[in-house]
Order: sequence, then C-alpha cells, then structure tokens
Amino acid sequence: MIPLSWYLIFAAGLFSIGLFGVLARKNAIAILMGIELMLNAVNINLVAFWRYREPAGIAGQVFAVIVFAVAAAEVAVALALFISVYRRRNTIAADQIDLMKW
Amino acid sequence: MTTETLILLIPLPPLLAFFLIVLFSNRSKSLSHTIAVGAAFLSWLISMVVCYRAIRVEHLGVDPFHFAFPWLPMGDTWLNIGVLIDPLSAITLFFVAWTVLMIFIYSIGYHNFGQPKGDHDRPGLPPHGATVSDVHGHTHTVPSIEPMYSRFFAFIGLFAFGMYLLVVSDNLLTLFVGWEVMGLCSYLLIGFWYAKPSARAAMIKAFLTTRVGDVFMLLGIVYLYAQLGTLSYTEIFSPESLERLATTPSYIVGLSAASLIGILLFIGTVGKSAQFPLHVWLPDAMEGPTPVSAMIHAATMVSAGVYMVIRVYPIMSAGMEHGHLTPPMIAMGIIGGFTALFAATIAVLQRDVKRVLAYSTISQLGYMIAALGIGAYVAATFHLVTHAFFKANLFLGSGSVIHGMEHGVQHTGEHVDPQDMVNMGGLRRKMPVTFWTFLIGGLALSGFPFVTAGFWSKDEILADGFAHAPLVFIVLALAALLTAFYTGRQITLVFLGEPRTKAAEHAVESKPSMTLPLVILAVFSVCFGWLGIPEDFPLIGGLIPNFIHEFVGSTLLEMPEALPFSIVPLLTSLVVALGGLALGWWVYKGIKAGAMDPVEKLLGPSISKLLKNKYYFDELYQFLFVRPANWMAVTFTSLWMDRIVIDGILHAVASLTSPLGHFFRNYIDKAIVNWSGDKAADITQGMGGEFRTIQTGRIQQYMVLALVSIGVFGGFYYYVLPILQSFLISLVR
Repeated sequence: MIPLSWYLIFAAGLFSIGLFGVLARKNAIAILMGIELMLNAVNINLVAFWRYREPAGIAGQVFAVIVFAVAAAEVAVALALFISVYRRRNTIAADQIDLMKW
Repeated sequence: MTTETLILLIPLPPLLAFFLIVLFSNRSKSLSHTIAVGAAFLSWLISMVVCYRAIRVEHLGVDPFHFAFPWLPMGDTWLNIGVLIDPLSAITLFFVAWTVLMIFIYSIGYHNFGQPKGDHDRPGLPPHGATVSDVHGHTHTVPSIEPMYSRFFAFIGLFAFGMYLLVVSDNLLTLFVGWEVMGLCSYLLIGFWYAKPSARAAMIKAFLTTRVGDVFMLLGIVYLYAQLGTLSYTEIFSPESLERLATTPSYIVGLSAASLIGILLFIGTVGKSAQFPLHVWLPDAMEGPTPVSAMIHAATMVSAGVYMVIRVYPIMSAGMEHGHLTPPMIAMGIIGGFTALFAATIAVLQRDVKRVLAYSTISQLGYMIAALGIGAYVAATFHLVTHAFFKANLFLGSGSVIHGMEHGVQHTGEHVDPQDMVNMGGLRRKMPVTFWTFLIGGLALSGFPFVTAGFWSKDEILADGFAHAPLVFIVLALAALLTAFYTGRQITLVFLGEPRTKAAEHAVESKPSMTLPLVILAVFSVCFGWLGIPEDFPLIGGLIPNFIHEFVGSTLLEMPEALPFSIVPLLTSLVVALGGLALGWWVYKGIKAGAMDPVEKLLGPSISKLLKNKYYFDELYQFLFVRPANWMAVTFTSLWMDRIVIDGILHAVASLTSPLGHFFRNYIDKAIVNWSGDKAADITQGMGGEFRTIQTGRIQQYMVLALVSIGVFGGFYYYVLPILQSFLISLVR
C-alpha cells in the first residue's frame, strides 16, 4: 500500500504549483486556476487523511464535497466579476486592476 | 315656528352680518351696508313678531316664553342657558329693535354713502371732503365717503348682537356675555377714528371705566351663583330663593346676601350707565361717529345697565318690609338722584351739541335709577323706553345738524367748529325736517305736557317720588327744571334766531336715509307715552288703557299698585317743564355771535369755570387713579422693580458667572479638551499619511505579503517560541 506521506508530498507539490500560479501570473483567470489547484491539493489531503486515519467515518469525504461546491460557486462569482471588470477597463491583468491604490 | 325658536334666532343675523362683512364683503361698501341693514331688518322683523305674540298672551308675567338647555356641566348639576321673553324683555326688545334698525339706516347717510372718495382721506380720520367740478368748471368741496365704511357696519352689527343677546337672555351669564360684547364694541366704535389722539384716549377711558363696574358685577354674579347654584331668572326670582337670599347674612356685617349681591350688580350698572362716580367716560365717548353715540347712549349700552337693574329688581328689593327700603335701593336712590341733578348742572353750560345730550343722558339715567331706588319699577321701565326713543332721536338729530354744519363749513371754507352750538343758529329754515324732529325729541326730553312721551314717564316717576320719598322728588324736580332749561337753550341756540356764522347760513338738510329714521323716532317720542297714561288722570285718563302699567307690572310676582292721582307732582312737572323751556328760550333768544353766554355771566366766572370743567372730575381722577397707575407702571414697576431690582440681580449673576465662564473657556475647554482632541486628530492623520503607502492596490503584492507574514509568524510560533519557552523555564529553575 502506498504510504500516506506520498499523498501528502503530492498534495504539497500541487499546492505549491497553485500558489506559484496565484502569485506569479498576471492574468486574473490564471490566478483563479491557481486557486483551484490549491483547493484540490487540500482535497487530496482531506481524502488521504480520511482513508488512512478515520476510514469508519465519512467526514473527510463530506468535507471534500463541500469544498467542490464552494469552489464552483467561487468560480462563478469570480468569472462574473472578471467579465464586469473587462467591460469597464478592457483588461483583466491583475496589476492593472488597482482601483484601491492610495 | 314656535315663538321660542324665533327668540333664539333674534340675535343671530347681526352676528352673522359681522362675520360676513369682516371675512368676505369688506371691499364692497354697498354690499356691506346691505348685509348689515338686512340683518338688522331681519332681527327687527323677528322681534316684532315676538312682541306681537307676547302681547297676545294673557298672563305673560306668570307664563313667559322660556326655553333653556343645559350648557356647562358643573359638578353634579348643569348650568342652563336659554331665552326668556317676559313683559320686561318684550318691551325692551321692542324699543331696541326699532332704535337699532333706525340707527343702521341712518348710518348709511351719515357716512356719506354715494359721495365721492375724499382727496386726502385716510382710514382712522373723519372724512375731510372731496373736490368735484361741475359742468361749468366750478369746483366745490362736497362731503366724502367714510374710508372705513364697511368696518363701521361690521362693528355696529356686533354691537346689535350684544344687545339682542342681553335682552333675550334668561340668565345672568349670557346677559353678562352680551354686556361685555357691547363693552368691546363701544371701545372699538368710540375709537373708530383711531388716528385722532382724543379718540384713542376716549376709547381707553370708556373701556377702563366700565371695566371697574364690570368686575364688581361679575363678583355679584359669582356670589349669587355661590348662594343659589343657578343664574336663571326664573329660579333666582322664585319666592323661596329670594327669601333665602334675604335671610342669609353676607360677608359684610349688617348686609344680607341679597343686599350685597344687589349692590355689586348695581356697581356694574353704575359703570355701564355712567352714573356718578363712574360717569366720566360717557361725555368723552362723543368722539365716536354720531350713530355710535346714539347706539351707546340711547338704544343699547347705557340702557343695558338700567335694564339689568330693573331685571334684578326682585333681588334689590328682597327683604323690603312695608315702606322700608333695602340698602341697594337706598344706594340707587342716592346715586341716581345725585347723578340726575349733578349731570344736569354740567349740561347747562356745555357748548358742544352732542355733549349737552351726553350729560342729559347721564342725568336721565340717574332719573331711572333713582326711580327704581324708590320702588317705582314700572315708571323706571317706562322712562327707559321713552328715553331710548327720544334720546336716539335727539342724538341722530344732532348728527344731522353736525352734518349740515359740516357741509356749510366745507362750502364756505370757514374755519369754525361744526359741533359748537354758538356757531349755529337759524337752522330751522335750512333743515326743516331735522328741526321738527329735534324739537319733538327735545320737548319729550324736557317733558312737554300731555303730548310727549317724556312727560308721561317723567310725571310717573315724580308722582312715585312724591308718594314715597319727598327728598328724591325735590331733587328730581330740580333736575327736570334744569333739563327743560338746557333743552330750551339747545333748541334756541341751534335752530332759532339768525345764523351766527356763514357756515350756518349754508347748512343743508340731510339726505332721506338720515331724516327718515328721525321722523320714525319722533313719532315714537310722542305716541309711546300714550300707552302709559294713568287711569285716574283728569279728563284724558282712561281713554287709552294704561297698557304699560298692566303689562310691565305683571313681570313682578306682586303687581305694583297704581298710585292714586295727586295734583302736586302734576303741577310740579308742568311748571318745571314749561318754565324751564320758556326760560331757556327767553335767555338765549336774541344772542349775538361772539356774545358771552348769559348764564355764564349770571353765575360768575368761578362757578362757570367749575361747571365747564365738569367739577374737575377728570382732573381728580387723573390725580387719584391715572397718575398713581402711571407712577406704578413707569416708576415703580418699570424703573424700580424691573430695571433696578430684577435687572440688578440678573446683572450681578452675569458679572459673577462671566469670569467663571472665561476661565473655563480659556483654561479648560481650549487648553485641555480642544487641544487633546486636535492632537488626536493630527496624530491619526499623520499616521494615515505614513501608512497609506503600503496600499498599492495590487492584489498579488498583498498576497505575497500575506504569505511572508504567515511564514514569519508560523516560523515564530513553531520554531522560536518553543525554544524561548524552554529557555525561560530553565532560567526559572
């Protein structure tokens, strides 16, 4: 059986890739994709811990499903926001969306 | 409609007219007088119907028209108000309705309706006249219309309402309401030409003087209510109530409650009917337009005073043993008799045509009061009615004379006083209608025998006086002599002889709207007396039944007995009336312009001066009441109390608290509170300026910052803090 640490290492790698995408990419949609990767890394952790530590319960699976649902909702809102921003400013580059600047 | 409903309706038209004129029609002069005269006519019509029905009732005194309804809840009981027509109020209603209607009609002509607007007339001043040019290009000065025409009709409408209300009331409360409404209206009307300082002074004088009486009257009403718990005549005048009032002792030792109430109510009459010592307002009230003088002096206000004492006569006489007069009656006899004589002496030397009549009114009212004081109930009522007719006639006649004189003054441009009798003379040819009516009124006033109303009423008073109180009889006979004398003087000076000024030569007769009321009132001045001829008078007695005695006498519970005929008072009144008139004519018949008054010459300068200055009562009251009141207001209250004491305290408080406030402001508020507040704001602002630079607006920078922060804090908690903890623990050990 594959040890738990492999899953954790895989999830950490996936999380780091997502984090890099969030911090380094300029395109807002790419940032959103980075966030999705990070969320899925977390989901892997949740499912892995459930399978290895509490196989009798269903909490880990339920958590993962809830995260999916939340992620889907978040994406819907975020894409709507991006469309709205694009219509106004003709760009979705993250460093140009700086309305809150001092 | 039932008679009671009709009676309720009587006072309403003039009130309605007042509001209509004030609110809607005051711009239109013709509409205003139409409304006012229409309302007066309506009231007159209803009054006549009511009087007719009242006469037809067999025993009106026992069974009067009465309608009352509960008005004010008073604890367990209700205060009832309503209307009552018994013989006394019926006969009062009769003369009030006639004189009021006549005065309303007369006012149209008096205020020059139909004349052009004046060249420089201003509201608040009598009209000065207008310049018009005729077809030939000649310019004339003609009388001009009163600028405040509508206002006048509104006021007299309200006045008429007050009088009607007073007459038809069945209780002392609504009587008092009408009484005060008239007080207000007399104030407004005496000061109708308010731009004249003398009119302003007169209005205040009239209001304040009558107020003195009114306060006492109100006290009397309150005391009566406290005693009986009712103000309704029918309940007050029941034998049980009167018995109770007569036997209850009052707060003042020696007087019964009835006496005290009677005296208090009588003081109200003293004010309203201008009896001594509150007579001073009435001559000054001549400042108002002449219809107002007639209104105040004949038809309504002063009559109201006498009407009230006649009305409450049962209270006045409650407790009267046989031939033993009660204190209020004695007071009335003394004050009335004194006033009758006293005012007559003043009238003898007055030169203003209206002032003579004003003093004559005071004198005649004193007559009535004195008559009531000696128990001559019917005679007093009779004289009240006849006097109202002939005095209204005389006042309106004098207004007509003044009008004619004013026309002459405006025509000739001569600067003479159009009210001064010395400037008149010979007006009989210029103003025949005015002359004949004035002559009839004057003869009635002086009691010209057998024809005029004044003779019969005055004769009855004298007869009563002769039978009951010889002293009063002598005083009243003297007053009657003086009355006849100054009436003869007035008629001679105004109408007989030759004109003494150019203005008098050019006087003209007044318009029909003024002369018609004069004629009607003159008819009443003669005919009304025939209703009261004593049954046992020689020759003509009994030809006409003594209606007045039967009718008015039945108001009282016990019908007063008709006096047996006596020759002495009859001869007396014949002698004084004819003698006085003849003397007045003889003394003044040939007087030339600018000549000294013969009576003044006869009496000598000092007495003449005393009489001309009305016994210095104005000056006395000025000294006794007006100046102390002024001193009280100006020096004591305003200067001492207000400016020195109260302002002083306030200034002291201010001078104490001002430095304290200064200290708080400069050293606490500014130095500490404001400083710290400002500093806090400054610091916040500075920090904001410093910190805002970290807000770049770039989301990825924020996220890097967050990552770094998590890294730093996470590293701190997981790696540094445990090392520090173990280090500290080792130190403690």
